[in-house]
Formats: sequence, structure tokens, C-alpha cells
Amino acid sequence: MTDMHYVILKKEKFSQFVSRLSQMQKLVAPVSKGFKNFAFEPVASAGEIALKYIPTVLPLKKYFMPQRETLLEFNLGKHVQAEAVVEYEPLTIFGAHTCDLAGIQCLNMVFSERPKDYNYLARKNKITLIGLECNEYCDEYASCHLVNASFPSGGYDLFFTDLGDYFIVHVNTKSGDTIIASTKSFEKAEQLHIDELSKLRDTKRKIFINEVPIERRHIPELFDRSFRALVWKDLEARCLACGNCTNVCPTCYCFDIRDELDLTLKKGVRYRVWDSCQLEPFARVAGGFNFRKERSVRQRHRYYRKFRYSVDRFSRFFCTGCGRCTRTCMADISLKETLNELLKESEDRVWKRWL
Amino acid sequence: MEKMVIRESTYRLEKARILRTKKLTDKEKFFEITLEDGKRLDHEPGQFVMVSLLGIGEVPISVASSPSGRDTFDLCVRAVGKVTNALHKLKPGDEIDVRGPYGKGFPIRILEGNDLLIIAGGLGLAPLRSLIHYVLGNRRDFGKVHILLGCKQPKELLFSDELEEWNERTDLYYACTVDRSDPDWAGNVGLITTLIPGVDIEPARTFAAVVGPPVMYNFVIKELLSKGIPEQQIILSFERNMKCGNGKCGRCQIQNLYCCQDGPVFSYEKIKNLSEAI
Repeated sequence: MTDMHYVILKKEKFSQFVSRLSQMQKLVAPVSKGFKNFAFEPVASAGEIALKYIPTVLPLKKYFMPQRETLLEFNLGKHVQAEAVVEYEPLTIFGAHTCDLAGIQCLNMVFSERPKDYNYLARKNKITLIGLECNEYCDEYASCHLVNASFPSGGYDLFFTDLGDYFIVHVNTKSGDTIIASTKSFEKAEQLHIDELSKLRDTKRKIFINEVPIERRHIPELFDRSFRALVWKDLEARCLACGNCTNVCPTCYCFDIRDELDLTLKKGVRYRVWDSCQLEPFARVAGGFNFRKERSVRQRHRYYRKFRYSVDRFSRFFCTGCGRCTRTCMADISLKETLNELLKESEDRVWKRWL
Repeated sequence: MEKMVIRESTYRLEKARILRTKKLTDKEKFFEITLEDGKRLDHEPGQFVMVSLLGIGEVPISVASSPSGRDTFDLCVRAVGKVTNALHKLKPGDEIDVRGPYGKGFPIRILEGNDLLIIAGGLGLAPLRSLIHYVLGNRRDFGKVHILLGCKQPKELLFSDELEEWNERTDLYYACTVDRSDPDWAGNVGLITTLIPGVDIEPARTFAAVVGPPVMYNFVIKELLSKGIPEQQIILSFERNMKCGNGKCGRCQIQNLYCCQDGPVFSYEKIKNLSEAI
């Protein structure tokens, strides 16, 4: 890695940078909504941006895979006509944490897998992503280190790290280069800046440790042993089946497809909308039989989609450790606690075999 | 938000026209469909299509005909929801939209040269009819063929004229049973599992193809295993409420498999340890 890939942005030039960036195309960034809530929203000036924030209520998937998205437009009449469309918007996202960048990497894999989803891919290509490093934990709900998402690992055009008086910025793509050239706010990074970054990363390696006492590579085995665990029965009693956990998850992408006519009843749209495997009718078929009727089975399905099935299919976890599912759960179901309980139960079983 | 038309969309529909319909039972209706310009669907037996009535919705329906010998295809639709009820109101000449075919069908190349035991419960005959027609159209390529059929009551029997023809053919063994008889019924009464012990098969060279309601599978599989048919030679097809057909929407997921892409046809060996499968 050469120094050419790094530039710095002095803090006093941050305002200038943000306003110039917002003039290039629509810019969204984390904004404080009060009571420890944050949201990605359009901004035009640096003052609106919350540089220190805990994960936003909704993850970045709301831009890559909007909650509601038109797939077809059709005219009814003597001859029905339908056209497949994609809705998109050129957009720059500033301030994405590594957990959310990992979330987008997961979605990219899903929608690039054949049969490809051209709606997602067309929209993704219009989005510029600027990351922002977490120098310390956001709060006690995060488990980003466990799933290897606490340090930057690609998935961005530019990546900002706050080093006090200045940001050091990793330039990862040509469109990142374009931003550096167009905003004219950056300076060349010197060796001392690179050294400062290394020092921060060393400190981070001491702060960020596995939030659950298990080695990353052993997680799939833990799940192989846990399909019939009692932990799921406990979730049966607690889960309200509201679907909040999947709505706020950066890697949950299940959807429903529906038709809607306008008031003329002559034309309409087919759209897809976020759906949730936690809702009762999700796996129900025409005759009324439900393949995941109990809440315990639906919760188990959610966890296995994050930690087991995705390993088979995409060779990575689909949990990014952002902690949103835990923060949002009305029944206090905690991802870290569930993993801890699975571990405990699994170890108990091993002991019992010896006794 | 900007909008553009895309040709590559996996949701793009193809125009199709209903050529022929026939009421099969109180709930099931038969449709013969042609794609615009007489284009072939080019499906495999056991695959499904997504059928659209724009403004109402889209549903996955098994193709009920063999791909060989004709350019049109058949659907057998049970009226259970708003799309299927609306489909039942359509007449020959009416237009519908389809996309597909989707999924993995019956493994024809593997079945060839072997004996077949085809077991259909209720509407499970619809997807199996595509296999049966294929086998009868290429009869020489297969060994002995057994067809076992079951449904709740005689009046629910699908394709009754074809059943009569199968019954009379000398190149296949056919048996049928109903759970509950009625006064005009002279055939077998009892669950479909009661027909299995009586069939004369060589288990090592027999492939069983089983499609029926969820409740049927465990009982039938148990009988087939006790007949000595190996696990990898028991072929099943599953029903799920697919929304996309592309392995994305999550509706049809069975643990790490997507029914719409990895199935709907699976060997019992592959799914026997998947708890949400059957």
C-alpha cells in the first residue's frame, strides 16, 4: 500500500468539503433525532451531520433496497401492457460505519447471485459510499468484532478516520478520486499521518475483542449443534413477532410482491415491499399449512440466516454486529445474550455426555 | 427519484393466451396456455411458472404438461386465493402474463432406464402429470411404470378421462384410492399408503416420485423405505408460497435451500434432515 492511497482533510475544511460534496449530488449522512436516535437523512452542511453516532434506526439498505419499490408499471385495457422499471437516485452516503458497509457487502452478494436482481444492481451503481471509522464501541449492544466488521474491509469509495485535528481518508476507488479532485479540500498524507492511523488501529485492536466468548470460526459449528436447543423455546415465550428485528437488520432482505391499481382502475404498479420471516403468514401456503408456525422456529430461522445458512451460501456471516435488532426489540431479546445462552447450553450438553 | 425501463428485469412478464379451459372439479380448473407468437415455454417436467393477473397479483403454478410434442402448456389451478379465484373466471381467448419456467424439475436423465413409482395425492397430480405425460410420450426410455393416486373423495378426482385411459393401458400399472367413498364409487377406499404394500417393484431399480399435501409425505416415505427403495431414489416436490422465483424473497426457504431455485424437486436423501421441509 503506497501513501498515494491516503489523503487528509483538516477539520477546519470539513464544512467546505461537505457543502461542496452536497453540491455534486444528493448527500445523506447520519443526523441526530434526539433520545440517542440517529437517521441517515439528506444534508447540505457539516453542522447537520452527527460525526459521533450509534447505528441509525434504519440501516443503509433503505437506499439500496427501498422499503417500497416499483418493479412493473402496467396499463389495463383491451390489451394489457406491462413494463419493467427500476427506480434510482444518484446519491452520496457519508458516514457509514464498518458494520453498515459490511451490510451492503452482504446485500451485494445476494442480489448479484444468479438470477441477478437488476433493480438492485442498477440502483447500487448510482450510489457513492463514504465510510467513517468507529474509534471506540458505539454502545454495549454492538458485536461487530465477533463477525469481523470492526475494521474497514473494502466496500467503500472513501473511508474517513477521525484523528483529532484532521481526518485521514483512504481512497479506494476512481469515484473516490473524483470526489477528492472535485471538492479540492484535501491535502497529501505524510508518513506521520499514516503512523497516527496505525497507532489508532493498534489501540482499537485492544478495545475491540470478541463480544461473545467464542472464536469466529467456531460459530457455524455452534449452530450445527444448536438446532434443537432450549434457547429457542425461551424465545418462543418472549418474542412478540412484530418484525422490528428484521426491518432494522442491515442484511435482512426478504420481501413481498403486491399489485396496486390507481383510482382510475386502468393502470397500476407491481411493487415489492420489505417483509419479515418473523410474521406469522410468511411461510404459509395456499392450503393453510404453515412451515414455520411457532415463534421459536421463526426466531431460530432468523439466527440461522445470520450465522449458519449464509456461511454455506456466501462464505460469510450475515450479522454485521450493529446491534440494531437488540436495541429495537420490545421484548428485550438480545443477540449477544442468545449467542451466550447457545454457548452455555452447548457446553452443558458436552459435560453431560461425560458425566 | 428517477425511473428507467429495464429489459433485463427478472420480473418482466411474457404475454400468454388461454386456448382452452375445462372445469375439473368444484375447485380445480384446467387451462391450456400459449405464449405470444407461439413461442415454446421450454420447461422441464416438475418446473413451475409465475402466473400474473395484473392488478390482482402473481402466483406460482406447476406446469401440468409434458414439454415434448407440443408448443402449448397446461396448468391445473385450485381456487384458493384472490389470484386463483380470478383465474377461474377467465375464458378461452383471454390474456394472462407469465414468467418462468422456474426451479429444478424431475431428474429425467436419471430416471431413464429405471422403473418408476409415481404417487400423487390430491392436487399433487398436477406437477406429476407433466412427468407422467413425458414418460408416456417416451415410454420406451423407462422400465416398469406404476401410478398410484389418492384423494379425499371421488368427486375430487382430477383428469378423470385420462385416469380411465391410464387404467386401460397395458404398459403401466395404475391404482387409485379415496379417503371417503360415495355411493357411486366402486374402487379402493383408504389412505394412499394402503396402495403401496401391494405394488410389485424391484426396489433397487425403482425411483419413486411423490407429490401431495404436506401431511402426506412422512407416511408415504415411511412405506417406501420399508419397501426397500433407497433414500436417494425417493423424489419429492414441495409446495411453497414463492413470490419472486429467484431465490431472494425468502418465502420458500427451507433452511439453507430455496425451494424456487434449488427445488421444488428434491431427493429425500437431500432433505431428510431439514426439519422445515416436510
